[in-house]
Amino acid sequence: MTTLDIQLHLALQSPDRRFELDVTLTSHSARTALLGPSGAGKSTVLQAIAGLLPGARGHVRVDGSTLLDSARGIDLPARERGIGLVFQDYALFPHLSVEQNLLYGLRRLGHAPAPGAAGRIDALLAQFDLGGVRKALPRHLSGGQRQRVALARALAPQPRLLLLDEPLSALDPELRTRLRDELAQMLERVQMPTLLVSHDLADVRALAQSVIRIEHGRVVGQASAPAEA
Amino acid sequence: MLSAFSPAMLQPLVLTLQVALLATLFAGALGIAAGHWMAHRRFAGQDVLDAVLVLPMVLPPTVLGYYLIVLIGRNGPLGHWLEAAFGIRLLFTWQGAVLASTVVGFPLVYKAARAAFEDVDPRFANAARTLGSSEREVFWRIALPLARRGIGAGLALTFARCMGEFGATLMVAGNLPGRTQTLSVAIYSAVQAGDDRLAFTLTVIVSLLCVALLVMANRLLQGTPGRTAR
Repeated sequence: MTTLDIQLHLALQSPDRRFELDVTLTSHSARTALLGPSGAGKSTVLQAIAGLLPGARGHVRVDGSTLLDSARGIDLPARERGIGLVFQDYALFPHLSVEQNLLYGLRRLGHAPAPGAAGRIDALLAQFDLGGVRKALPRHLSGGQRQRVALARALAPQPRLLLLDEPLSALDPELRTRLRDELAQMLERVQMPTLLVSHDLADVRALAQSVIRIEHGRVVGQASAPAEA
Repeated sequence: MLSAFSPAMLQPLVLTLQVALLATLFAGALGIAAGHWMAHRRFAGQDVLDAVLVLPMVLPPTVLGYYLIVLIGRNGPLGHWLEAAFGIRLLFTWQGAVLASTVVGFPLVYKAARAAFEDVDPRFANAARTLGSSEREVFWRIALPLARRGIGAGLALTFARCMGEFGATLMVAGNLPGRTQTLSVAIYSAVQAGDDRLAFTLTVIVSLLCVALLVMANRLLQGTPGRTAR
């Protein structure tokens, strides 16, 4: 069982708008969803948890490990947080093959890949049915393959928490329905604590065990299991 | 035709290639570093700094040459230090020509590199950070490879510009045949001396080389020929 204990305060200022995020959430579910309309601040929460937004205050604790605690002056950089983030449109490195994308997090500049990296990549390629495209560049992949590469890349360094930002929104409606079930099965199989973000209730029902509603940068409701319509 | 490849022609050609290559290397390293730095920061006075960095592109070459003479001359701050510390003199040497070309070529790499780095989607860098990358690693494994086309085009333009450098080079390195006389300076001398044949041959060489470089720069920007979209 995983435990998320998150409290975040963040003000984002752009020339045309000011956005304030003030979110407190705890979850003991394996898979938790943040549900809310676009612009509610869901993606901002994920980025702050991943350590990509400087100036975030509050705390982020995953299974007892403190990644951020502004009161105690703790603010681990993104590279040390051990959090796998799947971006909304996947952000696969366009100049690297599928295999190299997966290997990215297992290799440091100027060093040989971590021991066991090759075996881990082979296992992921097989698990996500990507063996046939291991040498292909992202632009030659289908939408479903891209999603699987993004998931496999985030999982490769064995993160403590997986974050999914609108995992199905980059797909057209027909594919979306099909891949929703596929993704649910994959998440079930990998057994990785997951926090996902969606504006779609159907996605949340299929993918998460508990749901937290967010509107205007604030938590407005939490349920341990998504309500049936 | 063999007589056309006389020392009067070969020496400036070899020297020009040597100067342009080294200047492109130096301007490349400095321009890429400055372009990356400026692409990822926002601070007060940034537009002024940008203007200063691009200045060598718009200043008359003689003005640049004058600045450099003041800087690297015997009594100049850099020139005095170089001679006292290392015994190096830059004024009226081919190394001085490299410095002149580096300064003239720098803005071309800088502008191309900055635009290319700004074009790289920041999500790729963020994805790399969540996968454990330091900022140094993000630069070498993500930003530089993704900006390589724009930077390559900038380097090709810089090389072409350095090949044709005249004003600043003449002032800093002079016109010493066999030592500091580059192609464009040799053409000037040939015309002055009434040697039309040499001037014409050198002119054709410079023109052809520059056309080839510009075609290369364009191809880099448009994507490699022969790679068709699938």
